[in-house]
Amino acid sequence: MSLLNKHGIIERNATLLFVGSLVVVSIGGIVEITPLFYLENTIEKVEGMRPYSPLELAGRDIYIREGCYTCHSQMIRPFRDEVERYGHYSLAAESMYDHPFQWGSKRTGPDLARVGNRYSNEWHVDHLIEPRSVVPESIMPSYAFLATTPLKVANVTAHLQANRAVGVPYTDDMIANAQADLLAQADPEADTSGLEERYPKVRIGDFDGDPAVVTEMDALVSYLQMLGTLVDFSTYDEASGYR
Amino acid sequence: MKYAFETIAVGIGAFLALLGVAFAKDDQFQAHMWVLFIVLLAGTVLLLRRLNFSPVTAQTADDKSGYFDEVVRYGIIATTIWGIVGFLVGVIVAFQLAYPDLNIEPWFNFGRTRPLHTSAVVFAFGGNALIATSLYVVQRTSRARLFGGDLAWFVFWGYQLFIVMAATGYLLGITQSREYAEPEWYVDIWLTLVWVAYLVVFMGTIVRRKEPHIYVANWFYLAFIITIAMLHIVNNLAVPVSFLGSKSYSLFSGVQDALTQWWYGHNAVGFFLTAGFLGMMYYFIPKQANRPVYSYRLSIIHFWSLIFLYIWAGPHHLHYTALPDWAQTLGMVFSIMLWMPSWGGMINGLMTLSGAWDKIRTDPIIRMMVIAVAFYGMSTFEGPMMSIKAVNSLSHYTDWTIGHVHSGALGWVGMITFGAVYYLVPKLWNRPRLYSMRLVNWHFWLATLGIVVYAAVLWVAGIQQGLMWREYDDQGFLVFSFAESVAAMFPYYLLRAIGGLMYLAGGIIMGWNVLMTILGHERDEVPIPGSEPVLQPAE
Amino acid sequence: MELYTAMRQFADSWGLVYLVVVFVGMVLFLLRPGAKKAADDAAQIPLKED
Repeated sequence: MSLLNKHGIIERNATLLFVGSLVVVSIGGIVEITPLFYLENTIEKVEGMRPYSPLELAGRDIYIREGCYTCHSQMIRPFRDEVERYGHYSLAAESMYDHPFQWGSKRTGPDLARVGNRYSNEWHVDHLIEPRSVVPESIMPSYAFLATTPLKVANVTAHLQANRAVGVPYTDDMIANAQADLLAQADPEADTSGLEERYPKVRIGDFDGDPAVVTEMDALVSYLQMLGTLVDFSTYDEASGYR
Repeated sequence: MKYAFETIAVGIGAFLALLGVAFAKDDQFQAHMWVLFIVLLAGTVLLLRRLNFSPVTAQTADDKSGYFDEVVRYGIIATTIWGIVGFLVGVIVAFQLAYPDLNIEPWFNFGRTRPLHTSAVVFAFGGNALIATSLYVVQRTSRARLFGGDLAWFVFWGYQLFIVMAATGYLLGITQSREYAEPEWYVDIWLTLVWVAYLVVFMGTIVRRKEPHIYVANWFYLAFIITIAMLHIVNNLAVPVSFLGSKSYSLFSGVQDALTQWWYGHNAVGFFLTAGFLGMMYYFIPKQANRPVYSYRLSIIHFWSLIFLYIWAGPHHLHYTALPDWAQTLGMVFSIMLWMPSWGGMINGLMTLSGAWDKIRTDPIIRMMVIAVAFYGMSTFEGPMMSIKAVNSLSHYTDWTIGHVHSGALGWVGMITFGAVYYLVPKLWNRPRLYSMRLVNWHFWLATLGIVVYAAVLWVAGIQQGLMWREYDDQGFLVFSFAESVAAMFPYYLLRAIGGLMYLAGGIIMGWNVLMTILGHERDEVPIPGSEPVLQPAE
Repeated sequence: MELYTAMRQFADSWGLVYLVVVFVGMVLFLLRPGAKKAADDAAQIPLKED
């Protein structure tokens, strides 16, 4: 076959077209994504990161369920205005246990990467029940039903196990106590020494103002109150984190 | 025996869904399985009524042409209906942003209706348009009947089931929170099966073609099918909490997860909304203009450069985030390079009309296709510009991005689809012409004005938002609270909703026009000036 | 890390050259005189029949 005819081979051979297209479209993804998994400096060395407590994880699942990511980012960019408005720029390490990530793509509402400990529990509950009662300009929908919906806790152990299967370092101890830890975190009367040992800096209390029942509101507020509070920036070396 | 196997399979599916209801581990999964059960039960009943015990005949009477067109007809109807539904949900979510009291918790809060809108327009409207036109084009350009017989029906109905499960899932709160890939693991597995069947039908038809050359439109369609399969599988890798529950946790976390998602997200735009619709452009513009594509060789260069470059551009969605700098830079460089093949394709589409420019004036369908290509050119210029890090630092997280997406989605994807639908409906239903060309003209102007309002308003809104967030006073304090920037958006959100309303109105007009054409009516109207050949007096 | 640095250097030099050569080769191949007729024939496919 002469060289001139080779032009037609790809155009006429469906399998070659198939394979050629597949190879071409694979290159970009392979080159960009795979290095992230083995490059040592993709994720900074920081102190303080830990897996989510069972109640926080349940709250995070509600955050995902309600599509909060459609309006709120969790990714502070290294600009003067963002750092002043929201706090230290976000590190890769801070979402290392996030399956899936919640960086978001749109700020119809403000960034939430460091919203933890900024407002009181009562503020969050009021805001979620009727956003315009505390922020008149807000266009956020109301989430009053969270306060009246009891948190279904039937298979919290399975949730922790699924997270461990994808690489979150939940210990056997954490998994064995998952159910008890979930209830204890929302109960100011409970013995929480084990919980605090397993999940340092965990915020304990009755989040929604109704101690009788653990609601979805308890879970969501516990998650919001821990966002961005884990990493100890006094021990973080900026230069080593440069990517 | 016709439909016996199908009836049994759907019936078993309904029974399995009922078992899913009984043994569900969580409330959402239970509700979702009820939906599945009801849908499949209705399917079983419908199939039972069509069950036919006479011996199987090789071909149905409908197929005198030798082509398998019935599934394409269904696809065009589905495209039209889902299009109107998707635009309607879009208008509703737009009004929810202007008037938050329109949120109805929990099922119709913005966080659940927004994915409903994006999936309805991208996958239900766009997806059906792609499947229907690709199955039409591949038969005509290969001069071969669809491969696989009734497998094409499985592709069509399987895809509709995917849409129904995805949409009801969002309203129930079943989501992976991965933009444009929100459906949970079991719906993803179903879509994978459907997609493989689609690939088999499409590839099989190409393999059995009578035309020696594979026409370039099929290249684009094929790249779209293959790449979406690859993206869909990798991006949705996840571990379910229970095989009888709706919740799963993604295999990747943090940075890796973010890049995987935006590698998917950007190429959903690049291959679903661009490559697939370019396939449409390369067939329907030459057909409607009745002249070959301007430069066939340019179309081949367009193809290979586009599919090679697009796949790298994803990281531009993650500028200045915790993603390593080298990946961001790579994404930016490739996004800028992407401008060239995109404009090569635009020039190729537009120049196909060279020597027949008068058709833009006289043929509203051609005009629709031309404005589609023009919007393709505009948004593929705006996109690379927004991928420059300095520009992105202002535009990211603002409504500018939403405006950009819609100039591409409404302008390019929507308009080229409308053009293809108007071309196909008379052909598929054997009508001499459309019900009304005047209505096509109305649709054209409503849609075009709607897009212009929408994109211009959100462009201004986004820049204002970005500037307000970074505005400092003399003492070095931030001038605006975030809430003030939200309040400032109200007039823009209202105008945007009105732009969307105009686009929806155009869609409804198309629905009416398509319906009347299918029913065989022809509106008695004055022809568009110049569209009829002028009679010459006898010498 | 070593492997990454080596691959990065390869991509920046020979990888880049390779891709450019492939692209230029493809364009030249398409634009060679003999390809004109094949391309023109292919362009007529949609117009042949319905």
